[in-house]
Amino acid sequence: MIPASFEYHAPTSLEEAIALLRQYDGEAKVLAGGHSLLPMLKLRLLQPAALVDLRRIPGLTYLQPGADGLTIGALTTYADIERATALAPQYRVLTEAVALVADVQVRNRGTLCGSLAHADPAGDPPAVAFALDATFRVQGPAGQREIGVDEWFVDTLQTALAPDEVLTAVHFPAPPPRSGSAYRKFEQPASHYALVGIAALVTLAEDGTVARCRMGVTGVGPVAYRARAVEAALQGRRPDAAALREAAALVTEGVEVLGDLYASPPYRRHLAQVYAQRALAAAVARAAGQPEPPEP
Amino acid sequence: MANTHRITVTVNGVRSTHEVEPRLLLVYFLRDVLGLTGTHVGCDTTQCGACTVHLNGKAVKSCTILAVQADGQEITTIEGLAQGDRLHPVQEGFRLKHGLQCGYCTPGMIMSAAALLAENPRPTEAEIRRAIDGNLCRCTGYYNIVAAIQWAAEQLPARTEVRS
Repeated sequence: MIPASFEYHAPTSLEEAIALLRQYDGEAKVLAGGHSLLPMLKLRLLQPAALVDLRRIPGLTYLQPGADGLTIGALTTYADIERATALAPQYRVLTEAVALVADVQVRNRGTLCGSLAHADPAGDPPAVAFALDATFRVQGPAGQREIGVDEWFVDTLQTALAPDEVLTAVHFPAPPPRSGSAYRKFEQPASHYALVGIAALVTLAEDGTVARCRMGVTGVGPVAYRARAVEAALQGRRPDAAALREAAALVTEGVEVLGDLYASPPYRRHLAQVYAQRALAAAVARAAGQPEPPEP
Repeated sequence: MANTHRITVTVNGVRSTHEVEPRLLLVYFLRDVLGLTGTHVGCDTTQCGACTVHLNGKAVKSCTILAVQADGQEITTIEGLAQGDRLHPVQEGFRLKHGLQCGYCTPGMIMSAAALLAENPRPTEAEIRRAIDGNLCRCTGYYNIVAAIQWAAEQLPARTEVRS
């Protein structure tokens, strides 16, 4: 498969990249690792007039852990994140999800920010962004701005990013003490896309009840989403098996569950409930410093 | 052609400069421009791994990279693994352990395995299977492929990096 013809630019500064995006007035696409974008160009689902490649812009490949959280640059690949083993305990949901993205070759090229900007409804990173309450740092003609995760994902393959803006980094605030997180996924074995992917983060109060829960869901609806009904159901409760099962049952509440060749809507709903329960159980065990429940 | 870019790449140790269209995929650059047809086009949708090559030492799918993105970089293809008549240990392993039947997936499979052993010369079976997760074989059931990679790992000194 051969993409339609396009112009190619590899600017050496963000300002130059943004000027190019303006010049093409919505007809140019930003290229990072290309592992979401190039497949769409090859299928001719997209025929942009130009690609603006970020690869020559210095300072976009980094993982910056700090007291206030973790910031990841636009060109940082999944493989870069996988190798940053020091991150594992606090950002377990991220490292678990990244290790399950596609395969080795894709993780060597694909970028976390690229996937977040692409907003594939079955991509793994969007679920993680909800669980970790991500902030998106973008730069455009008017300068920099930050966009919260609840505003970021608009619809299938649509985000709040304007056509003349670049996602320069994603920031994950450090989870509070007594937090645990996990990603659980049921994948389509050839494509590795999530039929269901659940990212959960649970913070326990001193008395062992749930102080805060965040859950991101991918693969289920037309766009990744926060399972607010699950979060609310667990708030203030003791996270025993019955409570987790009851909360997980609400994971698709208010959501249009998609059906396709691989999973009908009722089957997908069932998978989402089962995987939500597993993600919650692992997150709770990690928050409490207890052994994790065995995976069935 | 007006819309072309000049790229300089080092492929299997040989540096060369070419004018290419931006939409030219790396796999077609390797096959059609350089004549290196050992790298195969399989699914063409980033799933099967038949087109796997090394870009700066890392396994990548060359059907999902533009040739212009490889400008200034180093690429190794299946043709660059053997040293003269001496096969790379992974190639030798595939031969001895019958790691192939039709052979279509083999170049990509070998490139993924060689990249794994360059980073981890003593992989477990689980690590081997994870490393070839992005390479589909429709003939073998993977059993002999894993055996071939295990054989290759046994030939390597534990802490020396393999040329990739």
